[in-house]
Amino acid sequence: MIKPLLVQTGRYFIALTFLVALSNKASAQTDADAIMIPKNYLCTGAMYSHSDWDHYWEGDFKRTNGNLGHVSSQMVGLMANYGVSDKFNILVNLPYVATHASAGTLAGQNGLQDASLFLKYMPFEIPVGKGVISLYGIAGVSIPMSNYQADFLPMSIGAHSRNTMARFLVDYQLSNFFTTASAEYVYRSNITIDRTAYYTTEEHYTNQVDLPNVMVYNGRMGYRSESWIAEVVAENYTSLGGFDIRKNDMPFPSNKMNWTTLGANFKYTFSKPSGLELTTGGDYVISGRNVGQSTVLHGGIYYLFSIKKQKKEKK
Amino acid sequence: MPVYLDRDMKKNFYYLLPVLAAVVATLSSCNKTIVERNSQFQALSPAKLDLNADTWKPVLLTSVTQFPVATPDAISSPAYQADLNEIKAYQRGITDDQKALIAYWSAGAVLRWNEILRDLVAKHNLPPYQNDDGTYPAPSSANPFAYPQFPFSNPPYAARAYAYVSAVQYDALLAAWHYKNVYNRPAPYKNDATIQALVPKSDLPSYPSEDAVVSGSAVEMLKLLFPTEIAYIEQKEADQKLYRMIAGANTRAEWDAGEALGKQVAGVFAARARTDGTGAAIGTPAYWHSLENNTAATGETPWISLEYPKRPPMLPLFGKVLPFLFPAATVPTLRPSPPPSTNSDQFKKETAEVLSYSKNPTRDNEAIVAFWADGAGTYAPPGHWDAIAAEEFVKQNYSEVRWARNMALLNMAEMDAAIVCWDAKYFYFNPRPSQTDGAIKTLTGIPNFPSYTSGHSNFSGAAATLLTYLLPDRGTKFTDMAQQAAMSRLYGAIHYRSDCEVGLVTGKAVGNYAVQRAKTDGADQ
Repeated sequence: MIKPLLVQTGRYFIALTFLVALSNKASAQTDADAIMIPKNYLCTGAMYSHSDWDHYWEGDFKRTNGNLGHVSSQMVGLMANYGVSDKFNILVNLPYVATHASAGTLAGQNGLQDASLFLKYMPFEIPVGKGVISLYGIAGVSIPMSNYQADFLPMSIGAHSRNTMARFLVDYQLSNFFTTASAEYVYRSNITIDRTAYYTTEEHYTNQVDLPNVMVYNGRMGYRSESWIAEVVAENYTSLGGFDIRKNDMPFPSNKMNWTTLGANFKYTFSKPSGLELTTGGDYVISGRNVGQSTVLHGGIYYLFSIKKQKKEKK
Repeated sequence: MPVYLDRDMKKNFYYLLPVLAAVVATLSSCNKTIVERNSQFQALSPAKLDLNADTWKPVLLTSVTQFPVATPDAISSPAYQADLNEIKAYQRGITDDQKALIAYWSAGAVLRWNEILRDLVAKHNLPPYQNDDGTYPAPSSANPFAYPQFPFSNPPYAARAYAYVSAVQYDALLAAWHYKNVYNRPAPYKNDATIQALVPKSDLPSYPSEDAVVSGSAVEMLKLLFPTEIAYIEQKEADQKLYRMIAGANTRAEWDAGEALGKQVAGVFAARARTDGTGAAIGTPAYWHSLENNTAATGETPWISLEYPKRPPMLPLFGKVLPFLFPAATVPTLRPSPPPSTNSDQFKKETAEVLSYSKNPTRDNEAIVAFWADGAGTYAPPGHWDAIAAEEFVKQNYSEVRWARNMALLNMAEMDAAIVCWDAKYFYFNPRPSQTDGAIKTLTGIPNFPSYTSGHSNFSGAAATLLTYLLPDRGTKFTDMAQQAAMSRLYGAIHYRSDCEVGLVTGKAVGNYAVQRAKTDGADQ
C-alpha cells in the first residue's frame, strides 16, 4: 500500500537535480532526468523526504482507515554520482526508511532499504533547430540492504525484491527551457516472505511471491539555468500484473499497485561556495490503485566537486 | 541498449566490470516460476485398504447402513458396458487439461477438498467494512450475496466449517466402505483390459466411488457453509467426477451412487449445523453491553474493541455452540481459572513483558509472528494446522477413509478448542495488552475479541496433541510448533504470557478428547 519505495527513491532522486554550468551539460542526479555531471566530477549529498497519506485505494474503492489514520514514511538518502565521462555517469543511492501509523496498534518499521546503482549513458546529442535533442540509456539495479519484512504492509519499508531497471530517455532543450520524456521497465525478482502460504485470488503454498514487473512513464518540463532548475513532473507507475486488495483486506506485496503523480522540483546552485546545491520539491498522487494517496515533500543538500584538481580550472 | 565505449570509458572499463557482473547476475535470475508444495504431491497409493472401516465408529450416523445404496448393475449388463465405453472414449481423446486434472485430483479426495475449503475460508475471512454511521453490517445467511457476503469465515466459523466438512466425509466414507465390502465390485480397469489405470491400481472395490462420497458430502455441506460459492464448488465436483472416469477408476454409475450417498449423509450433518448454536453466536447489542457491564461489576477492566469505529466482539456466544467431542455441559468444566486480575502486580508485570516484546522486536520474532499470524484473508489457524497435517499425511499413504478419519479428529478438536476458548474469552472478557497500555504497538493485526486465553494457543495445543498421537514418530515436532505458535502471540504483542501458556493447556485438554476418541474408534485396533 505504500508505494514500493525503490521507485519512490527514483522520484526522490528528482530532488537531487542540480546543475553545473557546463553549457547544456548540467550535472546529473537522477535516473530519470537529462542531467549529467562531467568527467571526474563527483556529486555527493543527502536528502530527506516525507510521505503521508490517509486515503488509499482497495482496488477502485477509495477509503480512509481509522485503524491506520495517517501513514507516513520518512526517508534519509545518501547519494553519489560520479562522472566517468561527460557522457557516462554512475549513480548510487542508499536510503534509510521509517514508517509510522498515527492510529491503530500496528507498529512502525524502519531500516536500511534498497541500495541502487544506475549507469547513465548519453550516446547522442543532436542539434535540432535552435535546440538540442539528447538521448539517454539508463540501466540500474537495486538490492535490499537489510532483512526487512516485506509482508507487513502498509508498514513495511519496501518490497524487498532485487530489481533490474532499464530506461530510455529523450530530452529537448531550447534556450533555458527543457522537456524530458522517459519510459522505464522494472524487472522485480520474486521475494521470500515469512509465511509459507498466502492468499491472492487463490491460496498459494509457498513462501515465494511473484511480484509484478512495472512500467514507469515520466514526463518533466521546466527551466534550467546555471543557478536554477524549476520543473514540473508527471509520472505514471503501472504494475504489469498483480491483484486487487479486496474490501477491508490487508495489502500484499504482489498487489496491482498503480499510481499517477504530479509534482514540482526546484534546485538552487550557489556560485559561492561553488558546488553547493539545495533542492526541494514534492508531489501528490492524483489517481491510484491499491496504494496510498501520498503527498511527498523532500529537500536535499549536495556538493559537487572535481576529484582531479588540476582539471578543475578547465571547467 | 548498445554500449559504445569511448576512450574515457575504456580507461574505466575495469572499474565497471564488477558493476556489469552484478547486472548480469540479477538478469540471469529472471525465471520467476514458483513451484508450490501442494503441486508436488504424488498420486495417492494407500499402503492399506482399511477394509474394516465399516466397523469404525461414526460421528453422527447411527449405523453405516443408515442410508441404502442400490445394488450395482451386473458387469455383464448393457448399462455397465456402456459406462465402460464412456471411459474408453475419454481415454482415447484425453487432453493435457485432463491429464492435469488427474495429476491434481489423484493426490487424494479428502486432501484436495480440504485444500478447497482452506481456499474458501481465506477468501471469506474478511471483517465487514463499516457503515457510514460507524456501525457494522453483519453477513446474512438469508441474503448471502449482499455485502458483507455470508459468511465472514473468522477463526471460530472456520474451525466449525473444517470440522463439519471433515466429519461428514468420514461418516460418509464409513458407509461407503460398508457397501464396497457388500458389493465387492472391482475397478473398471480390472473388468476390462482395454481400460487403462491412469492412477495407481487398487484392490479396493470401486462401488460406490469413494471420491464421489467425499465430493458429494463436502459439496452438500459447503452449500450451507459457503452459499455464495455453489457454482465454484460444483465445478470442482464436476472436474473430480471427470477425473475419476478418465482415469479408469470409476464408472459414471459408481460415481453417481457415491455422490448420492455422500449427499444423504450430509443431510444429517447439515441438520445438526443448523441447530448447533452458531446462528445465534453473534449475540445482540444488549448482550455485548452486558458482557462489558458484568466484567466491570467485578472490579476488573472489561475488554473494549480497539478498532475504529469500535466493532462488536467476534461471535461472543460461540462458546455455547454444540461441540463434537464432548457434551456442551463439559465446556464450562474445561474453562481455565481466571487470568491475573487487571489490578494485580502480576498483570502489570505481564503487560510490561508485552511492551518489551513490542519495543524490541527481533527479526526472528517478526518471522515467527508472521508465520503464525493467520489473520484476515488467511485460512485461519485451524486451516494452518490442516495444512501442516496434510503435508505430513501425504507421506503416510493413508487410505481415503483414514485420511478422512484423521482430518475429522483434527478438525473436531479444532472446533471444540474454538468453543472452549471462546467460552473463556467471553466469560472473563479480559482486555488486550494495547488496551491496557497504549504504548504497546503490535507486530500483527490485533484480533477483535478478548485476550484470555489465546485462540492460537488453544488451536495449536489441541492440534499438536492429536497429531502427536497419530504420528508418534514425529517426536516433539508438533508440540514444538504449538509452543512457537502460542508464543508468537506474545512476541506479536497482542497477548499476555498467561493467555498463551494457559491456552496451550486448555487446547491440550481438548486435544486429549480427540485422542481418546481415536483410541476407541476402531481405526487403530
